Amino acid sequence: MTALTDDTLPVTGRTIRDEMIAFGVMTALLLIVPFTGLYPFFVMQALCFALLACAFNLLIGYGGLLSFGHAMFLGTAGYVTAHALKVWGLTPELGILVGTAAAAGLGIVTGLVAVRRQGIYFAMITLALSQLLFFIYVQTPFTHGEDGIQGVPQGYLFGVFNLAKSTVLYYVIVAGFLLGFLIIFRTINSPFGEVLKSIRENEQRAISLGYKTDQYKLLAYILSGTLAGFAGSLKVFVAQNASLTDVYWTMSGEIVLMTLVGGLGTVFGPVVGAFVIIAMQQYLAGFGQWVTVIQGVIFVVCVLTFRRGVIGEIAHYFRRSL
Amino acid sequence: MQALYAQLLVGLINGSFYALLSLGLAVIFGMLNIINFAHGALYMMGAFCAYFLLNIAGIGYWPALIVAPIVVGIFGMILERTMLKWLSGLDHLYGLLLTFGLALIIQGVFQNYFGSSGLPYAIPDELKGGMNLGFMFLPIYRGWVVIFSLIVCLLTWYLIERTRLGANLRAATENPTLVRAFGINVPRMITLTYGLGVGLAALAGVLSAPINQVRPLMGADLIIVVFAVVVIGGMGSIMGSIITGFALGVIEGLTKYFYPEASNTVVFVLMVLVLLVKPSGLTGRTT
Amino acid sequence: MKTRIAALLLGTALSFAAANTAFAQDKTIKIGALSDQSGLYADLGGPGSTLAAQMAVEDSGMVAKGWKIDIISGDHQNKPDIGVNVARQWFDVDKVDVIVDVPNSGVALAVSNLVKEKNGVFLDSGAGTSDLTNAQCTPNTIHWTYDTYTLAHGTGSALAKGGGDSWFFLTADYAFGAALERDTTSAVQAAGGKILGGVKHPLNTADFSSFLLQAQASKAKVIGLANAGGDTTNSIKQAAEFGIVSGGQKLAALLLFITDVHSLGLATAQGLSFTETFYWDANDQSRAFAKRFQERMKNKGMPTMVHAGVYSSLLHYFKALEALGGNPHDGAKIVAKMKELPTDDQLFGKGSIQPNGRKIHPAYLFEVKKPSESKMPWDYYKLVATIPTEEAFTPLDKSTCPLLKK
Repeated sequence: MTALTDDTLPVTGRTIRDEMIAFGVMTALLLIVPFTGLYPFFVMQALCFALLACAFNLLIGYGGLLSFGHAMFLGTAGYVTAHALKVWGLTPELGILVGTAAAAGLGIVTGLVAVRRQGIYFAMITLALSQLLFFIYVQTPFTHGEDGIQGVPQGYLFGVFNLAKSTVLYYVIVAGFLLGFLIIFRTINSPFGEVLKSIRENEQRAISLGYKTDQYKLLAYILSGTLAGFAGSLKVFVAQNASLTDVYWTMSGEIVLMTLVGGLGTVFGPVVGAFVIIAMQQYLAGFGQWVTVIQGVIFVVCVLTFRRGVIGEIAHYFRRSL
Repeated sequence: MQALYAQLLVGLINGSFYALLSLGLAVIFGMLNIINFAHGALYMMGAFCAYFLLNIAGIGYWPALIVAPIVVGIFGMILERTMLKWLSGLDHLYGLLLTFGLALIIQGVFQNYFGSSGLPYAIPDELKGGMNLGFMFLPIYRGWVVIFSLIVCLLTWYLIERTRLGANLRAATENPTLVRAFGINVPRMITLTYGLGVGLAALAGVLSAPINQVRPLMGADLIIVVFAVVVIGGMGSIMGSIITGFALGVIEGLTKYFYPEASNTVVFVLMVLVLLVKPSGLTGRTT
Repeated sequence: MKTRIAALLLGTALSFAAANTAFAQDKTIKIGALSDQSGLYADLGGPGSTLAAQMAVEDSGMVAKGWKIDIISGDHQNKPDIGVNVARQWFDVDKVDVIVDVPNSGVALAVSNLVKEKNGVFLDSGAGTSDLTNAQCTPNTIHWTYDTYTLAHGTGSALAKGGGDSWFFLTADYAFGAALERDTTSAVQAAGGKILGGVKHPLNTADFSSFLLQAQASKAKVIGLANAGGDTTNSIKQAAEFGIVSGGQKLAALLLFITDVHSLGLATAQGLSFTETFYWDANDQSRAFAKRFQERMKNKGMPTMVHAGVYSSLLHYFKALEALGGNPHDGAKIVAKMKELPTDDQLFGKGSIQPNGRKIHPAYLFEVKKPSESKMPWDYYKLVATIPTEEAFTPLDKSTCPLLKK
């Protein structure tokens, strides 16, 4: 059986240099956005999803585990952060901290259940777990059910940066995104990342080499969930609310779609995918449910003919690693 | 006490739908090794098919019970021939992603034309009204759903486990090359199996139309519960999926009586417990 | 040096003057009709509300007076986060001045917060929660058509006084359901009734059987449906299936719209009593409006009170803008003007807007006719009682709106 991301792997050895250049270009582009007249709210939203998709990609692209429940990390961190800011009156940095910590805790608990199975079972179990959490959030009072937590105050980051100002908030989100991105980048290129890749390629061989593969997978799952939670905490400052949409299974599907479009197992693919999908939702919003249909079509087309994704195809064409 | 029986009955009705749907999933998984995410959407199409038959062609409930599964089954076979077929040899997860995309397309199209609130589908005259059983008031239609689905489930089990056709099918799952050597057209068999699984989903859709109304998203949430049912039962066994389906419906009904707050989550909690104790599911083989 | 300063001063003065004339002559208005376009509230609000807004623009004659008015519509899908996103983009990118309709109380409360932040105008017609003009009131929001207080005091008190003194609630699990249950509970208790219990169901539920069974088991005389739209019609239909009404329990649909009665059919809906603030067949003016509305409506439906509210509230908004002589694009200022002017419109009669943003007018207790009593299509309601303005809405001294504590 061929692994899910087998053919998306770069054909030449990965060169850190190419990726650093791409990283520099991306950073430069992000820094000049406020001067371009682009709607900053849109870019901030896309960045949160980009980080989320990158975190998801860490698990599927490098660990070979398809999670169909990553929305639970996004939503959990979002709820906890929003609650911490609005009800406990915590500062933004503490709010992000508790939100991310909650996602990490959730990662540990659900990971212990989910990594017992792999492949399709893993996908279905994560989906069911996130749906379990969805129903819990529907009922627990602190999430305010269908109403969600609304009007979350943005506050002053470190007591200095006024997040209610859209330019300040923008650069804070960019910084948060870059931080998360670099952590993922570092992980992929660490010895830990190499072991993960070897598990993805051939788990039996990794076991015979003496690696406790379940522990590696669990660790990757927790890390992925934590970073997804970090993205969820950041998103609270952008949207100023936390709601059931973020824990619903359709959100998990969107995360998969973003990564698939950009390219599973590529470093920059999820970022591109997130921007493509969010832009599509933004500009086609007037077409109502046709957006869902288009997303479905993209899914089908990607799976049937375009399995490398945008960045994967580019990388493949230029025989570079991106 | 009266309420307990009543909730058990409601649970049994939901269990019928779980059983029919997880049975279809199990049949498809057994043959194609694909988890059919579009199953909920096809279930919905079954209900819509019945609705169209009634409102456009004037064809009532009884013929629809046969016609709708066939129509939707053929639609499913077209999907298999034009798309799913190309995924053989790739990771199973691609099948999940593809069918997820198909589910989005189908549900999205129906939502565009019919909104997300329901269209009414009347209970057939023969099954209208209810009986006072003394301990509860039983709407006749709901009793019919339970009995009819049980019969369909058992017939499907018989077809696959006890007939020659079923034997070929099971053999083809185990070793397609060998079965082909016996002169059996395996690709056609795969297509027909997918059609059968889809037909079962559509049948469940027709059955639920008078109860749940005909809504584009009627299968969207249901399918995730059914996934959990399948994980609990283990995907290997036909009988396993039937029994688990009905049993979980009843357990849900009990929860509604004793602790209603947990009724939405009980299936998922059970799934977690089963995974901790027996990761391959109650009746499943290890993969 | 001197001349340069003089030139500078002159330039500043000129530009101020220019800005002032631009201000006075700014006669552009952008209206955003935010609603549930395809879900369970699409019939009572949805496309009909956009049509009502268009009719208000046409009937106001503002365009002939040199105003430029645009209407855009959006779908909040009953999700607060989506609603707020649409509204935020309307303010930031499309420069919308006023948002109308917004059924679904959860979305409405979220949008109301945002409108205050963006200093726009929010004329809510579709949502029910009385919190909009109580704890969560803002200087930018006017709540026009009805609220949970109206429904509770109209229907709840009437039924409780008529012998329905024990209640069980079937409540939609979001802001509106909670507010309606709370307000009805206090109305029923004030009338000497008691509450035996309740169950919450998710928004947009298809199968109510297990909830209805709980209601049946409670042995309450009245089952209060604290939900709306498709949820209400579904629960009424399924209650019939489980023999609840024939078993002697009474259903109280606390919020029922004419479109709901239409989709239920008189055979199922007959005898239900409920409160509304507008009925198309009330007088000549409402009949004329309804006729024009029905002709242009895609599904040939009659206007609900939500549609009527969108129409009337916009007309009053235009009146305030004319009084101001232009659009200052300052929501709080416009709303203050709207509160200052007395309201007098064809659909709700004479009324006024309270300082907390609550528009007040009479409400009516209706009962659905028997099929034999209905003489023509859409002839559905029988007027049982008129609830005078001062009883239909929260008395000002009981309102918890912070704006009142000045």
